[in-house]
Amino acid sequence: MKHYDTLVIGAGHNGLVCASYLAKAGQSVLVLEANETVGGLAATREFHPGFSAPIAHTLVGLADTIVKDLDLESHGFKAAAQALPLTAVHPSDAPIQIDGSSVTGVGADDSATYQALQAQLRRFADALAPFWESTMPRIGSTSVADLFTFGKLGLKLRMLGRDDMLEFMRVATLPMRDLADESFDNERLKAALCWDGLLGSKLAPRSPNQAVLTVLNRMAGKHGGQHSIPPNGINGLMNALRTAAEANGAEVRTSTPVQKITVEGDENGQRISGVQLANGEEIKADKVVSSADPKTTLLGLLGAPQLEIDFSNRIRRLRTDGYVAKLHLALSGKPAFQGVANPEGRLLIAPTMDTIEFAYDNAKYGEVPEEAVMEVVIPTLSQNDLAPTGSHVLSAHVMYVPGKIKGGWTDAAKQSLTDQLIAQLEAHAPGIGELVEASELLTPEDLERDYHVSGGHWHHAEPAMDQLLMMRPTYEAAQYNTPIPGLYLCGAGSHPGGDINGNPGRNAAKEMLS
Amino acid sequence: MKKYDAVIIGAGHNGLTNAAYLAKAGLNVVVVEKNDYIGGAAVTREMHEGWFYSSCSYVCSMMRQSIHRDLDLTRHGLLLVPYMGTVAFSDDGSKAFIDYPNEEAAYNELRRHSVKDADAMARLQADLGRYAQLIRKTLLRTPPDPSSFKPRDIKELLWLGKQFWGLGERELYEYIRFFTMSAADFLDDYFENDLIKAAMAAPGIIGTALGVQSPGSAYILLHHVMGDVDGNVGAWGLARGGMGAISNALASALKAHDGEIRTGSGVEQILVKDGTAVGVALESGEEIYADIVVSNLDAKRTFTKIIDKKDLPPKIYDRASNFKIRGSSGKVNIALSGMPKFTNIPDNRYINRGGQNYTGSLETMERAYDCWKRGRWSDDPFIEAIIPSAWDPTVAPPGKHWMSTFIQYCPPKLADGPWTPEKRDAFGQTVINKIERYAPGFKDLVVHAEVRTPHEIENEIGLTEGNIFQGELTIDQLLFNRPFPGYGQYRMPLQNMYMCGSSTHPGGGVSSACGANAAREILMDLKRPNTVPEDDFYDE
Amino acid sequence: MNIVAPADPELSSDDRFAGERLKLSPFHPRQAELNIRDAWSAWNGYKFADYYYEATYEYFCIRNTCGTYDICPMQKFLVEGEDALAMLDRMVTRDLTKLRVNRITYCCWCDDTGRMIDDGTIFRLDDNRYMLTCGSPCLAWLAKSALGFDKVTITEHTEQLAGLSLQGPTSFSTLKNMGVGDAVAELKPFGFTRVPFVGTELMISRTGFTGDLGYELWIDAEYALPLWDALYEAGEDYGIQPYGEAATNMARLEAGFIMPYMEFNEAPKTINFEHDQTPLELNLGWLVDFKKPHFNGRRALLEQKQKGTKQLLVKLDIEGNKPAEEAILYDSKGCRNQIGYVTSAMWSPSVKANIALAMIDTKALTGEIWAEIYHYKELRPYRKVAKCKVQDKPFWMPPRARQTPPGEF
Repeated sequence: MKHYDTLVIGAGHNGLVCASYLAKAGQSVLVLEANETVGGLAATREFHPGFSAPIAHTLVGLADTIVKDLDLESHGFKAAAQALPLTAVHPSDAPIQIDGSSVTGVGADDSATYQALQAQLRRFADALAPFWESTMPRIGSTSVADLFTFGKLGLKLRMLGRDDMLEFMRVATLPMRDLADESFDNERLKAALCWDGLLGSKLAPRSPNQAVLTVLNRMAGKHGGQHSIPPNGINGLMNALRTAAEANGAEVRTSTPVQKITVEGDENGQRISGVQLANGEEIKADKVVSSADPKTTLLGLLGAPQLEIDFSNRIRRLRTDGYVAKLHLALSGKPAFQGVANPEGRLLIAPTMDTIEFAYDNAKYGEVPEEAVMEVVIPTLSQNDLAPTGSHVLSAHVMYVPGKIKGGWTDAAKQSLTDQLIAQLEAHAPGIGELVEASELLTPEDLERDYHVSGGHWHHAEPAMDQLLMMRPTYEAAQYNTPIPGLYLCGAGSHPGGDINGNPGRNAAKEMLS
Repeated sequence: MKKYDAVIIGAGHNGLTNAAYLAKAGLNVVVVEKNDYIGGAAVTREMHEGWFYSSCSYVCSMMRQSIHRDLDLTRHGLLLVPYMGTVAFSDDGSKAFIDYPNEEAAYNELRRHSVKDADAMARLQADLGRYAQLIRKTLLRTPPDPSSFKPRDIKELLWLGKQFWGLGERELYEYIRFFTMSAADFLDDYFENDLIKAAMAAPGIIGTALGVQSPGSAYILLHHVMGDVDGNVGAWGLARGGMGAISNALASALKAHDGEIRTGSGVEQILVKDGTAVGVALESGEEIYADIVVSNLDAKRTFTKIIDKKDLPPKIYDRASNFKIRGSSGKVNIALSGMPKFTNIPDNRYINRGGQNYTGSLETMERAYDCWKRGRWSDDPFIEAIIPSAWDPTVAPPGKHWMSTFIQYCPPKLADGPWTPEKRDAFGQTVINKIERYAPGFKDLVVHAEVRTPHEIENEIGLTEGNIFQGELTIDQLLFNRPFPGYGQYRMPLQNMYMCGSSTHPGGGVSSACGANAAREILMDLKRPNTVPEDDFYDE
Repeated sequence: MNIVAPADPELSSDDRFAGERLKLSPFHPRQAELNIRDAWSAWNGYKFADYYYEATYEYFCIRNTCGTYDICPMQKFLVEGEDALAMLDRMVTRDLTKLRVNRITYCCWCDDTGRMIDDGTIFRLDDNRYMLTCGSPCLAWLAKSALGFDKVTITEHTEQLAGLSLQGPTSFSTLKNMGVGDAVAELKPFGFTRVPFVGTELMISRTGFTGDLGYELWIDAEYALPLWDALYEAGEDYGIQPYGEAATNMARLEAGFIMPYMEFNEAPKTINFEHDQTPLELNLGWLVDFKKPHFNGRRALLEQKQKGTKQLLVKLDIEGNKPAEEAILYDSKGCRNQIGYVTSAMWSPSVKANIALAMIDTKALTGEIWAEIYHYKELRPYRKVAKCKVQDKPFWMPPRARQTPPGEF
């Protein structure tokens, strides 16, 4: 039986990126994916006959280096020619639109401030950019390389100049609401700023220590934090990643769920020996790298008994509750949003920061939000293979929807929320209700089950400061290795975290090869 | 006309401390105070015949012992008596958890709630002790300016770095986690019992516009428990005679060094000439000139109310306007004709010797915060109370009692319009009604009540929005970020002007540290020998 | 994982000090009568005798006749189920797979970084049934340790099971006289047996904390007094007496046993990590089985073993007769260079030696060791610098402690 250098668990984008880099370096690599298709939470899903939608409906932060290193363009990936605007819609008012660093539909002051703020955040993001693409050093370490990395960060911040440096140290931990309130008058603009920092997390506009860092992470790179949809869709990117991995010599097996990660032990200690599949088959390898979330990997596939006690409990206590639901609507025609000529890009329904905050307040007690906030994309506008001609798909990220609600996610509960959301949409896009042919609501509980992600959390673990950087997922495993020799992590639960940027996969491969 | 070496605006405890140290160094100082009484929020006044309320601040945990000794405050009349324990009631009143000071009693009490939590408590105490140890070392030091290349700043930055680095890898990570996480998440790692969690989380929300689930609230928790009485980390104490006794002792120390205090002298404006502060103009029209002007008012008030905007360098006014100083707390002082009798606790003894906490779950605390966000107060607010008269014979007539209740949260602005006397009283009634639930007959004991919402606190004491810390204690406003980035060393954008209040490092709490640190910086600028103690005495 | 540990009952008394009073051991009614000095201290929330008449007298009961020591406050946990062995074996540093039914092992457990949390004993009651005893509360750590072990139930058993230690040369004779001699005679050290007793079951283990011949008796709390009475009746002619913490501390020091908060801090409850100890530093390397591929703290301990420990706990024989309590140790009589500190010290009345346990820099062990001792004569303090010798064997290790069947002394 074949013995591999490395097994990669999960063919999400990070798993595929990691596999590609490893295979490119000459390793024999096998990627094992539980589902039928690659992509993980970025996979495209047929939710109604003829109608499909990607779970993650836009791209933000895909690392330029990865596109280049893996030559993804030759494998079929095409970067979007232009970024998507964000349009904050309203039932009666004119929409406001954010396109890059310009914003329209707001007062002249807000518009100017927005440009200045974007420029400043961009400077911060540029200073931090190298850190997303490299392994975080261990603090407290005396290794020269690690100290050098910190020295470099200090220097980068100083190079920003006194004012910027001091301002960075202030805003890095600021709640998004405070930054927005300080800067703008327009409520929807403030809410939009919050939305982009909070999307995917279980924190709200008033929560400190998270959103600004997330925004800075998303802004790193040429795209500057702007969302886009590649011409051949998210699935186009996933297919390119798979092709690239295979072209580099990696094998990819789908519909192959891993049952457990196997460990050998003797008087020299423990070591990874490979994996056992759900069908009982055992595959041996020197190393195993998992793009599954840290809880699934370490507590599920490996098992706490193989780990140390405090460490395993720390993993157990990772905050991994997802609060984003996904709404898919099959529409018989193109919806018309109030005041919007063409519903391209991202449409935001979040009138005020309080609406976001209050939706969060409901969710934290296990309740469905009285008024949800959501980001809508009509992917069929740019990609025609997702629905029959003339029909459309509406894809919405809905916050905050808890994975566990009082009374449980019964069919009735799901239907009730779906109806509520369609009613909310109807207010912004009159007539949309008539167009709905079918709907699907994926709660975090559904995402957890279908995509094997603990808590259904987009980012595998809450991107709050105590779970970021050299503490992601925990300080004992922040350099992609784990306490078990031969076992590595390469998913969104590792630095720098979620979104489709591929850096965890790339950084992990670099660590494994070094 | 007499010209002073320094004029200090505001006779709160930090202003008095600052003045005392400047006077001790031989400066000719005057403290001007708008009220007819001194003390600011550390004040005790006879609000009902025979009853002396500490109207605002009611407990002392952070007073720096080195300052206490250095200024000889005991000789000036200050005696701090430690708390014995705190009682936390469950939401339905059916259970009480008493935090006994005796180790064995505390353990047995914990076991009556959860055997596992009884074990976990020892770990929590050790961890908090460890976190407090490091932060405490920074209290009587001036934060470095991280953007500066001055030898002193680099030296201080290295000192700070060394303190952190010296913790060792694991502890360092624990610190960073602790400083950025929520109190709820922090406590979930230790405890399973709701009531114990709520009892331990209480310090995490006191005075702040954050909830127990907000990241950053774990630090607030530490800020309240890092104080110590005689080296016992987390111990709180009462000042005999009320919190005013602290201010009075400081004032007495100041006068002993020939300092002057002028009450009833509100400042209209800081006088500025060519970018230099030269004195103050009082509301009476009188002008007082001094080489140095020190403001003990909060940063927002200082820069938006008593300095002409055109005298300030650009951006400072906006910075001050955006300074986060949120009103979130209320206070109801209640005169009682007798000691209330609480149900469901085996003895009333600890009611007499420590605090009470009337919130039994994190959810109730968080829901109270949700109400604040919506511009109203909760029907079931978080109340921390104490009956100081049970152990301090000087604050109420014999056999009668004074109960201090502190309420989180109380909004500075109500969603349904401005505060009115009717709304204020309704707020007070909410508090009294809630206590009645735990102590039937309580209402009948009420002789008098003084209700203070953020509105009253701001109007009387001058704290913007009634924020008890003179500014939120979040990372963006801590250490060298306090009050604003670039101004973390007590020197303000005007020449010869300083700040010495809780808006500066290390922040709120009756610690005297801000005032003392500011005095040290002033004396350094004047090239005078330092009179301010650097560190606390006891060996960590 | 299943944790069974119901909270202690609420207080229903009108006693206004009820909350502050200590719990009473099931043996308390008898012990209270005998504690003529009312010399009580506390252990884990229980009222607990410091001494009864006089510590030295009680100590000599242990060495000369026999005495009883109340171990009810000791924490007891039942660990049961298919995963019980695996769970405990991962937690402790010793290889538990070698522990047979009806045998007991002394062991310790560490946190992830190898710092010692506590030591204790594990009884293998049955194939999938164990009892763990230790000096301090441990449930939070046990619960953490059980994460990922589905088939294990941990029951906090402290209140339900009364324990009484019977130590000293005449302990076997006493038990024999009580009618359980046959069952106990063949019991080797660290073995245990069960005998019927007043309609219930009495568990007798050949264990103790004195380094001498001795047993520990375990019974349902409700039968505690009948056991006490039977034992004291049987021991009447063998000099049975209760002894308290003071005498225990003397006996255990002679035997070279470590004590929490004397020789080590419990890792999770320590403010300064550098004030903790690893088992290797405590000279308990024999408890750490690196042949096991995995146990908690293994990596850290292995690294320490390879690098060598910076400090080591040793037994000291100190010149003179002034106990070296709290003494600091130096490498020369001039007391310039500190190399360690004394953790426990006493004048041993049996051995006539001035003994101590001390933590010393490993590299200083080859050189001279001097203790700076402060002692008092009629209120006047005196300073003495005494030479110390490292001793390998315990000061008290009589053959009778291990002899099976035991003699009747």
